[in-house]
Amino acid sequence: MTINEIQDLIIEEFAQFGDWMERYEYLIDLGRSLPPFDERHKTPEYLIEGCQSKVWLFPTFENGIITFTAESDALITSGIVALLVRVFSGRTPSEIVEANIYFIEKIGLRENLSPTRSNGLLAMMKQMRLYALAYKSKQEHS
Amino acid sequence: MKLAKSIEEIRSDFPILSTKAHGKPLIYLDNGATTQKPLQVISVMEELYRTTNANVHRGVHYLSDRVSERYESARETVRAFINARDREEIIFTAGTTASINAVAFSFGERFVGEGDEILISGMEHHANIVPWQMLCERKKAILKVIPFSDEGVLDLDAYRRLLTERTRIVAITHVSNVLGTVNPVKEIVTEAHQHGIPVLVDGAQGIQHGIVDVQDLDCEFYVFSGHKVYGPNGIGVLYGKADLLNDLPPYQGGGDMVANVTFEKTTYNVLPFKFEAGTTNFTGAIGLAAALDYLSSLGRKAVAEREQALLARATAGLSAIEGLRIYGTALQKVSVISFLPGAIHQYDAGMILDKMGIAVRTGTHCAQPLMERYGISGTIRASIAFYNTEEEIEALVKGVRKVTEMFA
Repeated sequence: MTINEIQDLIIEEFAQFGDWMERYEYLIDLGRSLPPFDERHKTPEYLIEGCQSKVWLFPTFENGIITFTAESDALITSGIVALLVRVFSGRTPSEIVEANIYFIEKIGLRENLSPTRSNGLLAMMKQMRLYALAYKSKQEHS
Repeated sequence: MKLAKSIEEIRSDFPILSTKAHGKPLIYLDNGATTQKPLQVISVMEELYRTTNANVHRGVHYLSDRVSERYESARETVRAFINARDREEIIFTAGTTASINAVAFSFGERFVGEGDEILISGMEHHANIVPWQMLCERKKAILKVIPFSDEGVLDLDAYRRLLTERTRIVAITHVSNVLGTVNPVKEIVTEAHQHGIPVLVDGAQGIQHGIVDVQDLDCEFYVFSGHKVYGPNGIGVLYGKADLLNDLPPYQGGGDMVANVTFEKTTYNVLPFKFEAGTTNFTGAIGLAAALDYLSSLGRKAVAEREQALLARATAGLSAIEGLRIYGTALQKVSVISFLPGAIHQYDAGMILDKMGIAVRTGTHCAQPLMERYGISGTIRASIAFYNTEEEIEALVKGVRKVTEMFA
């Protein structure tokens, strides 16, 4: 599946929810079911500090594919982290760099990625792209 | 004491309170961050721009005279509101932060040197920490901190021990923006004065909740912001005792603060103008005066009593929620209530409450050292104003209950 196909799938999943409460309950579930983040990687290097919530993001790069694991100290933020990981993890650097992310807005969570929210999510997305760019240039120069 | 108006009348003075948030009636409980403005303030500011806009103190012309008069009359309103001795002791600034920075600079230049000590408390807002840290860095002075108890009460014994012959100034918050604690400022001032040490009181969270009498407190400086007391933002007050203000160098140079300027030597204007360089925010000052008049017309004591009743209701309602902890349980408290429902993250709770139309603040509230003291990353803070209703408090309690169910 392409990044856009996954985004469309998420949009479809969210379309079945009647109101915001169901959407948020789903996010809480997603946050809870996120695989536990390796405690050893909970270091300043992998911490994205927002004013409201924190996000840890750890990348690995193998056989041309980037895998992300991530977690937040807030559960709803973790739920959105889970969605971002689902979209961005297991991709090539080029796919990530070129991705156009539209699903957040479509599922009514745009305010969560607003620069004024400072919950770590926008910074997390930027960081994922930065990792992808770094791996991409590494690929091109090796 | 009864408010001069019914709660319905009061609410209709604040048009923004009828806003819908996410389709629900807005329940505004973030008054500690900023308060809403009554029509009495909004209309004064609009009228000023329509009819009376000119620069203050500069012209011989009709409009300038009229606006200058109103600006000075606003100063008189502020003076009377905090019962300062003299109009010249009221300096208009951009807000609490600007006022504290001004004192930290001017006082620091004049009185603070290497090895001297500045005494603050552990429950300060960053605005009453960082300017002093910057001063300490500039002058190689030392910042000392008065600890407080789990209940959120300052340790006055420790305070007494921390007053030394090197202490140059005590800078303390009147009311904690997180815990709601009303500090015994008068006692603190008396104690400091026994050692000849001046005191700055950060009144950002104190001015709007009751009667502030700076002569009774006897503090050297009292500072506050307009926007937290139902006035416009970008305006604030620095009250200072005239003798001391006269003794301090200005912190900003520019127009209006000077008596004579030559390239060799400039002499400064008298108080309060010495500390009001450049074109001041005169519309803000006049708007602030309108806000203070509005509060006075309602009855300040009645305002405080209503807020205490709403606080008691919120405290009782929230305390009944299992696992919920309230941070700040001092006996002397204003209507600010910080809490955490069990292990639920404050940001999670805040997001759900927001969807219910309830505006609270979540996070560290610009008081990271205080959070560290409790070993938490933040709280949810509901800050209540007199225009809030019993029903809104019930809705908050119900909302928090719902949050605890969702995250159970």
